[in-house]
Amino acid sequence: MNKNIDILENPALKLENLYIAYGKTDKYAVRDVSATIKKNAITAIMGPSGCGKSTLLRAINRMHQLYPDVKTQGNIYLNEKDITKMSAIHLRRKIGMVFQRPNPFPTMSIYDNVVAGYKLNGIRMKKNERDAIVEQSLISVGLWNEVKDSLRKKGTFLSGGQQQRLCIARAIAFKPDVILLDEPTSALDPIATSKVEDLLVQLKKDYTIVLVTHNMSQAARISDYSMFMYLGDLVEYGKTKMMFTNPRDKKTEEYLTGKFG
Amino acid sequence: MGQKNNKKMETLKLKDNSAYRTSKDKVFLVGVIIVSIITISPIVLIIGKLVWEGIGQINFSFFTETTPSTFEAMTAVANNEVIPGGIVNGILGTLLIVGLASVIAIPIGILVGLFLYENQQSRYAGLIRSLSDILQGVPSIVLGLIAYLWVVKNIVHGYSALAGSVALAIMMLPLIIRSTEETMKMIPETLKEAALALGVPYYKVIARVLIPSGFSGLATGILLSVSRILGETAPLMLTTLGNPMVNWDITAPTSAVPLLIWNFYNDPNMLSLIWSSSLFLMGFVLTLNIISKRIVAKI
Amino acid sequence: MKSDTITRYILFISSLVVLLVSAGMVFSLVGDAVPVFEKFGWRFIISTDWNPTEGRESYGALPFIAGTLSTSLLALLICLPMAFATSLFIAEYFRTSYVSSVLGTMVDLLAGVPSIVYGLWGFYTLRPVIVSLGLDAQGYGIFTAGLILAIMIIPYATSISSQIIAMVPTELKEAAYSLGATRYEVIKYVVLPNARSGIVASFILAFGRALGETMAVTMLIGNTNIIPTGLFSTGNSMASVIANQFGEADGLKMSALIAIGLLLFVITGIINALGKMVIKRMSR
Repeated sequence: MNKNIDILENPALKLENLYIAYGKTDKYAVRDVSATIKKNAITAIMGPSGCGKSTLLRAINRMHQLYPDVKTQGNIYLNEKDITKMSAIHLRRKIGMVFQRPNPFPTMSIYDNVVAGYKLNGIRMKKNERDAIVEQSLISVGLWNEVKDSLRKKGTFLSGGQQQRLCIARAIAFKPDVILLDEPTSALDPIATSKVEDLLVQLKKDYTIVLVTHNMSQAARISDYSMFMYLGDLVEYGKTKMMFTNPRDKKTEEYLTGKFG
Repeated sequence: MGQKNNKKMETLKLKDNSAYRTSKDKVFLVGVIIVSIITISPIVLIIGKLVWEGIGQINFSFFTETTPSTFEAMTAVANNEVIPGGIVNGILGTLLIVGLASVIAIPIGILVGLFLYENQQSRYAGLIRSLSDILQGVPSIVLGLIAYLWVVKNIVHGYSALAGSVALAIMMLPLIIRSTEETMKMIPETLKEAALALGVPYYKVIARVLIPSGFSGLATGILLSVSRILGETAPLMLTTLGNPMVNWDITAPTSAVPLLIWNFYNDPNMLSLIWSSSLFLMGFVLTLNIISKRIVAKI
Repeated sequence: MKSDTITRYILFISSLVVLLVSAGMVFSLVGDAVPVFEKFGWRFIISTDWNPTEGRESYGALPFIAGTLSTSLLALLICLPMAFATSLFIAEYFRTSYVSSVLGTMVDLLAGVPSIVYGLWGFYTLRPVIVSLGLDAQGYGIFTAGLILAIMIIPYATSISSQIIAMVPTELKEAAYSLGATRYEVIKYVVLPNARSGIVASFILAFGRALGETMAVTMLIGNTNIIPTGLFSTGNSMASVIANQFGEADGLKMSALIAIGLLLFVITGIINALGKMVIKRMSR
């Protein structure tokens, strides 16, 4: 069964026979996933909780490497380069990540949060360069007008939605190629959610975006491609419009029609 | 699309400093491991030293006989023999002093802990909690002075086991108060409310519900506080003085294992008794420590 | 309903014990320290003269205050990197692993060693090492006492610090990793700034412990009533002068020792209150 689409020309990411397991168990959280992800598009990964979608996402920037009991097999290529052959530092500079709950650094100001990537990586810059990056990043996430007078305040004073946009600014300030988002709106109210969604649609012209979501209407609204995962398997992958109107797999259809999940 | 060009420039400009940073990271990790090993090495060296030097002196009479006189010890050392006698006066004295301190501190500590748990928000309870914190920080030698002023000078009119027990009881009290309050907080509120709703009198709720369900927490607190005071020397020097004989009179001077260690330390003839007594004391303290940790692990 | 009132009454009365003991302590210490303060006034604190000879009695506590502060500060200085590294080992690098729990248990065991045993070990093991290294001819003094004090307070600083470090949210650390930080950089820029006040409090409380330690210091500091002049100078601490001279004290000398006890009580009280305040501010 051909459940995957092939984006042959110049993919941003290519996953090859990916298996991921926690601890010593033989049960895989992600089992034999292969897929290519298109540049400058939003790819959504959806599925019921526990299906392995976050586990898959966190393999892409090698987050699992922080936890010795997570075992990853298979290959991932970023711009056709094997990510295990790069240093994790370099890889994560190319792949930004936004988390489920907004997590600006509470000890840093809004300004310092935006340039945190540079500070953490020991990159020195002139003040005007830094100012430019902060302004540009905050403009990109539509936060500049809201916070430009309080850049020295702690990021934790912002509302949840603003905090999450600050975290996106923090990721893009570092000019990555890919942005991974792990259910970025699950802690936000509907208005803040729609702001973040609009922002992602804008950002895709500069970045490749991979979005994990448990909210299928969100995937339908903003993604170009969708993956449906179930119990660790990649069940179906295709153009979002196609998948929502004409799912090929019965499980996908059941999920999309709300039979489970 | 200026942004796009900007992005390319930016990426080019970043120097690859990852090799330097990765090695810095590794050096720091190695440093942490080395310093951590140095930090815990004294415990290995101390236990090793006590066992190495002390185990030879531990025999049956060590636990059954009272301390030898300087002369007896000197003769034995001169003839290359094991020093006769034991430390039974110290062991029984420690049991008497610590037992008495527990009898004073445990009931009061549990009652105060219950009081604080019952009056979480009140300002008076906050005062008591702060005072209890302050008591916990008072150096043991100052508690020795206090027990001397109160008991030795004004109640018994002489050095006594009771005076030592008062000093140690004040040391135990804050630990028991704190552990009782913390334990009670962990018991589900519903359990207590269910009993109260049935019209059970409050003292019965304490005796039948709160204390049994918090038993392991209370026991841990008590054992830890006992292990904390077992090795105390300074306050006893000021209060119980010491006694070469076994003594059960709480108003008379009494010996204790740590006091004997201090005496042996000051008497060159008794050198080898220092190690066996310390080994015994450490063994006692650490066993209590481990038992109390086991109880915690079981909950 | 009547039994409930009685129960609450009993609980309240027992709480009075804490109040009475605390108040009584201050009352007794102050009361018995009055004679020496009446006679010498402020000179008691700022004078270095300690002379119990009848008729020419003179009591100044400055050497002992200096001895206590210098040994405790030295202990704090040595304790800082060691407790810090050990906390990182337990709560960051190897958390949830077996080695971490072994190390944690050993630190707990260090806390369980009685003061007098530390004194013996310091006297028979540490002191000869210092002598054979040629650092000092006798091996007594501020350095030896401070070193043993450091070992004694490390468990206190470590247990609080490691709890605080373990509380730094994983999501913050992951955020930093996702930006390409190394572990060292995560510790420097995320873990430490977030745990800072707790770590500071743990060292304040450990310092408070060092101030009041008696036996080990008494056995190693050399017991000379002078202001220490250097790292290997001998001296005497407030706690050790009480322990050493209590046996032969009465009258004005007893009052002087009790006044030293009062000073010690006040100093440790202030240090502990400071530490507790930092912790309380943080938990809010």
